[in-house]
Amino acid sequence: MARYIARRLLWVLLVVILVTFLTFLIFFVIPPVDPAILFAGRAPSARLIEEVRQSLGLDHSFWAQYGLFVKRIFLGDQYGWPGFGMSFVTRSPIRENFLSRTWVTGQLALGAAVVWLFLGVFIGITSALKRGRWQDRASMGFALFGVSAPVFWLGLMGLYIFWEKLHWLPGTGYVSFSEGPSQWFLHFLLPWVVLALLFAAFYARMVRGSLLEAFGQDWMRTARAKGLSERKVVYKHALRASLTPVVSLFGADLGTLLGGAIITETVFNLPGLGTYVVRSVQNGDLPVIMDVVVFASLAVALMSLVADILYAFLDPRVRFS
Amino acid sequence: MTVRSSRDAVADGKALLEVRDLKVHFPTPDGLVKAVDGVNFKIHRGETLGVVGESGSGKSVTFLTVMGLITSKGARLEGEVIFKGRDLLKLPVEEMRHIRGKEMGMVFQDPMTSLHPMYRVGYQIAEAVLAHEAAGKKAAWKLAIDMLGRVGIPKPEEAARRYPHEFSGGMRQRAMIAMSLVLNPDLLIADEPTTALDVTVQAQILDLIDRLKTEFNAAVAIVTHDLGVVAEHCERIHVMYAGKIVETGMSRDLFYRGRHPYTWGLLQSIPRLDAGETQRLLPIKGLPPSLIFVPPGCAFHPRCPYVMDVCRTEVPTMPPTDGRHAAACHLSPEEQERIFVAKVLQQT
Repeated sequence: MARYIARRLLWVLLVVILVTFLTFLIFFVIPPVDPAILFAGRAPSARLIEEVRQSLGLDHSFWAQYGLFVKRIFLGDQYGWPGFGMSFVTRSPIRENFLSRTWVTGQLALGAAVVWLFLGVFIGITSALKRGRWQDRASMGFALFGVSAPVFWLGLMGLYIFWEKLHWLPGTGYVSFSEGPSQWFLHFLLPWVVLALLFAAFYARMVRGSLLEAFGQDWMRTARAKGLSERKVVYKHALRASLTPVVSLFGADLGTLLGGAIITETVFNLPGLGTYVVRSVQNGDLPVIMDVVVFASLAVALMSLVADILYAFLDPRVRFS
Repeated sequence: MTVRSSRDAVADGKALLEVRDLKVHFPTPDGLVKAVDGVNFKIHRGETLGVVGESGSGKSVTFLTVMGLITSKGARLEGEVIFKGRDLLKLPVEEMRHIRGKEMGMVFQDPMTSLHPMYRVGYQIAEAVLAHEAAGKKAAWKLAIDMLGRVGIPKPEEAARRYPHEFSGGMRQRAMIAMSLVLNPDLLIADEPTTALDVTVQAQILDLIDRLKTEFNAAVAIVTHDLGVVAEHCERIHVMYAGKIVETGMSRDLFYRGRHPYTWGLLQSIPRLDAGETQRLLPIKGLPPSLIFVPPGCAFHPRCPYVMDVCRTEVPTMPPTDGRHAAACHLSPEEQERIFVAKVLQQT
């Protein structure tokens, strides 16, 4: 077990390094804008551009720049460990901004995860139990809607109805929990639901499918044959078997979301990692992009590792070797 | 006659289970599937009943109905299933649930898929106890371990903590038997209990069922497609075809004086070790009939080598048996005996 985890962690490291290398390469080979020109001000002279380039460290070779970046991440910089570096745009340390944005995205992703798990599992069970009846049709209709409706449209419609028309919600933006729990909740409610709907729809279909598969298993007949109540047969035996695959998918999805829910954050004007990285790509703020990429790939890889470990605990047939 | 003693035992007392004119029909988009179409039989305490037939003969459906395990909503059930004086088909769901597992146990065909893959074997057995008795978890677990020992699983304390995938096929079937017998039921139904197992393990499982039947003073019904399996282990055998019982009798009646051409076909398709090299198995020609369009007259007539005109129009009836050897066939008893001696005995 410990050896398995150690080996998987080495893989995580490899994945992160590979992903950062590729990202770095892309931005080196095809930069969206040349940061040196961007920051040299209006109508800069060639000498000024060269000076800016030097001060940003852009005059080094590709390998030297990448090496410095890796060194900064692993060994830290003057602002602490791990080294987040300094933004090209603001000329200030990234660290504080990055951490506060991670926290916002974290709240968004975790809250949405809670909503989509409850919604997805509940709808999935209902529609599997009422297969072919109106509840099933309604649930699967909802799932189709959830999967097909784009997040930006859902978000804008939600804002239009609940904020603009009904005045139930206070609007967009971020209010921290310490500033007022109820405002915090009301500001996050719509982003959570909108982001969760997409996943809830997907999970509902999956739970329904794997429950129906479980219903057809021989061990269900065995469970009934020993006289278990129908409630136990369905909610214990069938659900146990059909929720196991959900766990591993959940890990991967949550990991992806932690890297930033770009559209949701943009629509609801949330200062999270998603909006951060979009702006940085537009500005050619390479250090920020690299930080987010490292963090996002780490989140995905680690969450899927956690999911795999959890899966092995839930399904005894899966064993580490 | 040697048959007498066991026939007397059968005559004593009331039957543990009596199935009267049972019909199980499933409406489907293609038509009505008559899976079981008028079946009568009895099982007495201490008896081992064999029910033999090809797939689709209705043998499994019959016993799933007895267990109340027919879950498809549209199924139409007719007739009576009298178990210890109660008609199970009329019993409320909750009462029927307490008969399942407590008074009747069932073992299924494929032990690979019949146990839940994510629960420990001991837990799955203990669950049967907890479903019916006000026992504590520890007591139920102890009972499960005890039961695993009784079905011949070595180191039962350890085995109880294992998961099904850590068991071999034979061990899993033993665990299934342990699960179905843990509350000492009156009737054990074994639906193709050995079909999915290695030949060497098959005999062990059947012997185990025999032994436990005596230990637990239960009745056993073995459902199988293999006449060879039931020969040694069953006193009475019913042969089913297309949802009906076509021949019934004691085991030796069928083997030495079989009357129905379908039974002959089954007998001729049992492989024998002492057969000469030139002697081939004789399969029954054709396929089992569709249960939606059952052939008119005798359902077996399209496949019967001895078919007569009357077979195509008139359904042969099963004479009231009173436990005696009988077959639903239009051939006269003299003809049946002549053909059996001339053709079937040589082949088997």
